[in-house]
Amino acid sequence: MSTNQTQIVGQSIQRKEGRDKVTGAMRYVDDLLFPEMWFGATVRSPIARGRIRSIEFTGNLPWHEFTIVTAKDISGQNCTALILDDQPCLADKFVNHAEEPVVLLAHPDKYLLEEARRAVKIDIEPLPALFTMDDALNQTEIIWGDDNVFKTFLVEKGNVDDVWASADFIVEGEYETGAQEQLYIEPNGMIAMANADDGVTVWGSLQCPYYVHKALLKLFGLPPDKVRVIQAATGGGFGGKEEYPSMIAGHAALLAWKAGKPVKLIYDRAEDMAATTKRHPSRTRHRTAVNKDGKLLAMDIEFVIDGGAYATLSSVVLSRGTIHAAGPYACDNVRVRSKAVATNHPPHGAFRGFGAPQSIFALERHLNKVAATVGLRPEELRRRNFLHEGQTTATGQVIREKLDLDGLLTRALELSDYHAKKERFAEHNATNATQKKGIGFATFLHGAGFTGSGERFLESVVGIEATATGNVCILVASTEIGQGTNTILSQIAAEALRLDYEMIELAQPDTANVPNSGPTVASRTCMIVGKLVESAALGLKQTLVQSGLLTDDYSLDEWRQACAIYIAEHGALKSFSKYEAPPNIFWNDETYQGDAYGAYAWAVYVAEVTVNLVTYETRVDDFVALQEVGKVINPVLAAGQIEGGVAQAIGYALYENVVWDNGTMRNNQMTNYIMPTSEDLPPIRVFFEENPYTYGPSGAKGIGELPMDGPAPAILNAIESAIGVRVNCIPLLPETLMKVMNA
Amino acid sequence: MKINVTINGQAHEADVEPRLLLVHLIRDVVGLTGTHVGCETSICGACTVHLNGRAVKSCTVLAVQANGAEVTTIEGLANNGQLHAVQEGFWECHGLQCGYCTPGMIMASCALLKDNPNPSEGEIRHGLEGNLCRCTGYQNIVESVKYAANKLQGA
Repeated sequence: MSTNQTQIVGQSIQRKEGRDKVTGAMRYVDDLLFPEMWFGATVRSPIARGRIRSIEFTGNLPWHEFTIVTAKDISGQNCTALILDDQPCLADKFVNHAEEPVVLLAHPDKYLLEEARRAVKIDIEPLPALFTMDDALNQTEIIWGDDNVFKTFLVEKGNVDDVWASADFIVEGEYETGAQEQLYIEPNGMIAMANADDGVTVWGSLQCPYYVHKALLKLFGLPPDKVRVIQAATGGGFGGKEEYPSMIAGHAALLAWKAGKPVKLIYDRAEDMAATTKRHPSRTRHRTAVNKDGKLLAMDIEFVIDGGAYATLSSVVLSRGTIHAAGPYACDNVRVRSKAVATNHPPHGAFRGFGAPQSIFALERHLNKVAATVGLRPEELRRRNFLHEGQTTATGQVIREKLDLDGLLTRALELSDYHAKKERFAEHNATNATQKKGIGFATFLHGAGFTGSGERFLESVVGIEATATGNVCILVASTEIGQGTNTILSQIAAEALRLDYEMIELAQPDTANVPNSGPTVASRTCMIVGKLVESAALGLKQTLVQSGLLTDDYSLDEWRQACAIYIAEHGALKSFSKYEAPPNIFWNDETYQGDAYGAYAWAVYVAEVTVNLVTYETRVDDFVALQEVGKVINPVLAAGQIEGGVAQAIGYALYENVVWDNGTMRNNQMTNYIMPTSEDLPPIRVFFEENPYTYGPSGAKGIGELPMDGPAPAILNAIESAIGVRVNCIPLLPETLMKVMNA
Repeated sequence: MKINVTINGQAHEADVEPRLLLVHLIRDVVGLTGTHVGCETSICGACTVHLNGRAVKSCTVLAVQANGAEVTTIEGLANNGQLHAVQEGFWECHGLQCGYCTPGMIMASCALLKDNPNPSEGEIRHGLEGNLCRCTGYQNIVESVKYAANKLQGA
């Protein structure tokens, strides 16, 4: 029997945990039971901002049976540790947003618990609250820090102010995007066991075990080995389970500690939607100088996002949005000024794309306006400004890879039959008064991995361990949340060691057992963690070769035998690999200049729509998603990432509207927050191009967030081509379109 | 109230409160956790099971309404470890990612194929409209149902 000579990377291998998912055997957090387990509930602020006067436990309830936790019960620091640690775990004295947690309850009877939750009355003296970015910027009240500003960035290349006078055209525009709920189908939840002897252990639905670990350490003031975080099967995340699970874990653990019982704290859908994070709403202003040939001379961009009441991840969301704001274009003079501001909304947070969908929406809408002003077709304007090898991005990053955006655009327009359809639709629209058809596209990029110096600071570590049978276990804190982590990391390890895919398994993410491979975010699992898995796997082989137990060319039997001998002699066979930045990658945090990302995926998406002028509904009829992603590890999984991301982005563009009322989400149910169904979506046609990235596993780059960036501007561009009306805000609901067209 | 419900071929007798939902009988009383709760408002379909052979959302059926009925959950679909064609389709065609909607999606797909053994793409999309998936964009779910339809027709 010889080792596996066929390539495993590049094949659509079956999902590792697929069988458990189709048989109902998979255990999500709400499926776990512990002896004597109690249930937990959260009592939240009914208003957006105020001073807590009193907390009353009303009604005829056996309050003595309940475990009741308030801020006073916190033994460590009352914060949900993240970047600035400004967000309390439980509000104390003041509340700064509606649904802010104030009191926790636990009881063995979950029905009685729900009655009790409703019987806790929090009396709050209202204080003036801010709900718009303009009010925050105008400082009508100061609600955070000195100036309501969490973070400001300035990216500057050349000097835009030198250009305005000589430009043939100056084009201005303003673009807005709304909040968006992640809407993973499994709501958030945690189970905790906690006491002074054993410390704190939590099981939960989460993306980032070590984020939760860090938060619990601070909350309880415990040493690292007294806190343990275990990921249960997780029913989707999309960023929504990046930072907020730290809060829920803290709550469950506080209750468990005080109750002396395991406590399960599961959110229902209404609570999850009202209280947890959403995508940051944004406003972007563009001022662009362009000459009569369509060459971009200067891009002046102001980008503002609404961070909600606490800093949470807003600074890094802003960073990614800022860096992506100028897109895949070469322009000598670029200025991006950006701010994340505080309002009294529940904190906005991580959601697939992480700032980039907002700023790319603005840019790709704006460039169509620029093209129209100059008198060029939208595709021609882009062709005249695309980045090429050797040119620099807005942050001065030199493009060192072979980059052919022109070719990518040509292919996408061919695949979508863009030109022929454009002509056909013009004829159709001339004779059809109520059904208008249009086609539009967006051209964009998405950087993989943490921004700037992020990966250097993270210093991720991956482990890999062989057993005496020669099977291999990958030790990472990177979580499977549906995107295929288990499958692709197994493929990468199997490829590196030339073993069978079935011989590789992943350890359950458990901070007591796996090293910190960093958070499961930022399109970094495949490219960054995958590369570390590849290195660690090769390290394992190297150990056996250096021990004289294996030659470079080995059969499966020889591999198994070598592992058995090594483990008999040494007890264990493990290899670890730690992140090292690729050479020639530099980032300056002070000037915000340099190599913002190790690699970018590049894409052109084309949307075809029909706008119904009776109902004002827009239907996406066809969608082409073409992207260059380095190397595809698993074609069906990769396409699945793109299809799912495009579906979410179609929702972002056309359906998903968060209705705010004094800082409270009013449509916090699936009944009236509308996400796309199978009937709403067109076939999503996905195409890949490969241009291997030297520092990715087998050349792969990150793709998870990419598909969130392009669809919304492509769809709005298509709508403009259908009806000739320029709308620059999303979600574009039928009622909004009706108002615009009848204005 | 005392009720008798047959779940996956096994008779269960339970004394339940009138307010108990069928999904909670299945999950909390009987202990079959493959049926998931996603929204509690009969929108997402993660809790879809078969009640006397028809797909229902078990979060909006009371346990007492299932008195005397036959219920099939995702755990009752495979036969001695042999996956049902629809389960096989979802695994084979990657009709799932996080897996949370999957049991409900599979149960709804089974009911769809029972009524319409050879559905078109449009009929599949219409038939599964009551089950939400946030991961896949439904593309591979449609493929999974087509796979199962072919397999069931060939069998």
